[in-house]
Amino acid sequence: MHSYDYLLLLAFFAIVLLPAPWLGRFYYKVMEGQRTWLSPLLGPVERGCYRLAGVDAEQEQGWKQYTLALLAFNLAGFLLLFAVLLLQGSLPLNPQHLPGQEWSLAFNTAVSFMTNTNWQAYSGEASVSYLTQMIGLTVQNFVSAATGLAVLVALCRGIARRSANTLGNFWVDLTRATLYGLLPLCLVLALLLVWQGVPQTFADYVHALTLQGTDQTIPLGPAASQIAIKQLGTNGGGFFGVNSAHPFENPTAWSNLFEVASIILIPVALVFTFGHYVKDLRQSRAIIACMLALFLIGGSTALWSEHQPNPALESAQVQQGAPLEGKESRFGTTGSVLWTVTTTSASNGSVNAMHDSLNPLTGMVAMVNMMLGEVIFGGVGAGLYGMLLFVLIAVFLAGLMIGRTPEYLGKKLQAREVQLLVATLLVMPVGVLVLGAIAASLSGPAGAVTNPGAHGFSQLLYAYTSGTANNGSAFAGFGANTPFHNVMIGLAMLIGRFGYILPVLALAGSLAAKKSAPQGLNSFPTHGPLFTTLLLVTILLVGGLTFLPTLALGPIAEHLSLGF
Amino acid sequence: MTAYVRPALSLVLLMTVVTGALYPLAVTGIAQVAFPEQANGSLVRDDRGQVRGSALIAQEFKGDGWFQSRPSAGAYVTVASGASNLAPSNPALADRVRTDASQQYQAQQGPVPQALLTTSGSGLDPHLPPEAIAYQLPRVAAARQVSEERLQVLVNDATLRPLVGPPVVNVLALNQALERLAPSH
Repeated sequence: MHSYDYLLLLAFFAIVLLPAPWLGRFYYKVMEGQRTWLSPLLGPVERGCYRLAGVDAEQEQGWKQYTLALLAFNLAGFLLLFAVLLLQGSLPLNPQHLPGQEWSLAFNTAVSFMTNTNWQAYSGEASVSYLTQMIGLTVQNFVSAATGLAVLVALCRGIARRSANTLGNFWVDLTRATLYGLLPLCLVLALLLVWQGVPQTFADYVHALTLQGTDQTIPLGPAASQIAIKQLGTNGGGFFGVNSAHPFENPTAWSNLFEVASIILIPVALVFTFGHYVKDLRQSRAIIACMLALFLIGGSTALWSEHQPNPALESAQVQQGAPLEGKESRFGTTGSVLWTVTTTSASNGSVNAMHDSLNPLTGMVAMVNMMLGEVIFGGVGAGLYGMLLFVLIAVFLAGLMIGRTPEYLGKKLQAREVQLLVATLLVMPVGVLVLGAIAASLSGPAGAVTNPGAHGFSQLLYAYTSGTANNGSAFAGFGANTPFHNVMIGLAMLIGRFGYILPVLALAGSLAAKKSAPQGLNSFPTHGPLFTTLLLVTILLVGGLTFLPTLALGPIAEHLSLGF
Repeated sequence: MTAYVRPALSLVLLMTVVTGALYPLAVTGIAQVAFPEQANGSLVRDDRGQVRGSALIAQEFKGDGWFQSRPSAGAYVTVASGASNLAPSNPALADRVRTDASQQYQAQQGPVPQALLTTSGSGLDPHLPPEAIAYQLPRVAAARQVSEERLQVLVNDATLRPLVGPPVVNVLALNQALERLAPSH
């Protein structure tokens, strides 16, 4: 570790943590329709959207109406994107004359962007047009993140409200989240990125004659605007095939800092938004502490692992040191590992180094982060609602231990709530272990692996984990673009997204309807170090233990066989 | 059900207009005025105005008289970019690294730096760490018949030292300066 490594880590935590309390309050005010400094500018746009869409902003929805609205909106978005992907060959703004995608790939891509996953079985510069990048992918980047934010505030309202039968209005939450929550930050980040060297143009690819006289095609496009939202919206889908490893997508150490910090900027702030909803910021601090602890445990393990020289490369002629295969010179080891840990903590899935070539235990940290359900800050909205599920499970376990009806912030957790909580616990195992096992046991699909031995299994495990967790990063050697994997991973992404959203909204509706019992001396406090520790242990045991055998077969076996 | 169809369809279309058209157009407009150089791909031109590449995209350099770029798994192909995705345990990685090391090894300079033996994530890494440039410097100096000291000045000019990342040398910028100092033909 050099001085620039420490400065990078310091700057990262400063950018992410310092503005969070202020930004969290901003999101609370925006989502509750209060006036902010952006209202004079965006208020007319917001009201115009409601008028054109025939939405009455004052009309609140019960949890079932809220859910139906969300599903209708997502379905409409999916169909539009699916159509654009199939038909892009005959649509305008396609200077490279790229053809439409094959149906299973188009299905996979449309599901992927609608569910905030951004799994990419294609390479951007070679197979999607400028028009698709803009009105197809960029739009879903915005609205899938806004959908996550809407579900989160619905859950916050469910916990905060008493004897209520409504959760807010989905159309309003979605519009506000997009206009106030995402657009302004994206505009700032996009311009910072152009300043550092990310292209933003509608011109055709440029032809160059290299210094040694060969022809070179330089791919361009409206990249910065899309890269900004794919980072801030925890989407992760790259403009270029190799994502933020591409020098046009992430040109300098500074752009790397801006992009990696943007991944969890909003998710960290949203923990404070929750505190404003329940009028108790101590709850936010307990949750942030738990997230930070998990982040630091995973982060330091990965940093240590990735600084170990690969024993397989030992030779008198080869300089020994932290492995550089699949890494870019301008990020080095620390800049690459920080990204790996952050992108898998959140449901981002962008990469700036090839995860396939990481040391086995570094790759394992990435997988564990996803297997826990991406609750370490997590995706925009999705991370915190996932974390709040674990909070409720921890409260339930604590209730069992002390023999009292479990309650969280005055709301009693009863049979219905616990059933819904347990349903969400099944999502990751079903997507990873069941779908993954089907893929691994069929010789055709299993043939998509490109590395021998234990690592080959890791490639497949990573793909299904990433899909179900709505992450989108990959052990990218995995040959995912086959009809089987396109459909199966598409299915995993749908299970991983709506397997959480539906129970969460039902839970929100059920909690909102409850009376609030005053918190007495006998209530189990849900702030402070004791609860943070309980939460941490719950996440690791309830969320993580299920996957230990698969990790033993993949990364742990590879680590041991390499003789580290 | 119809109560959901109209808001769903109109909001999808409205958000498409705002985030899919107005937003990228606004960013493009501002970027083209404020940072035209970067927004158009940081293109590098020669004295006659011919585009010779981009400062951010690696080119392949062959021959002793040039500083070679970071190895590329995709043979420096730009559409589409690509990586080796070789696992650390894959024997193909160890074989390739050892073979390349034996070709580049100079006994008096010690083991070959890893950056010269490993492929980058993008296949288009425009930089190399200073030690990977230093390893090539005696070879290039001999081939071009210039002193190592004069070459070192060019290297220093092409070196970036960001506060939050490792120092790197831009190989295209360095080779361009080299060509000006001591043309290869």
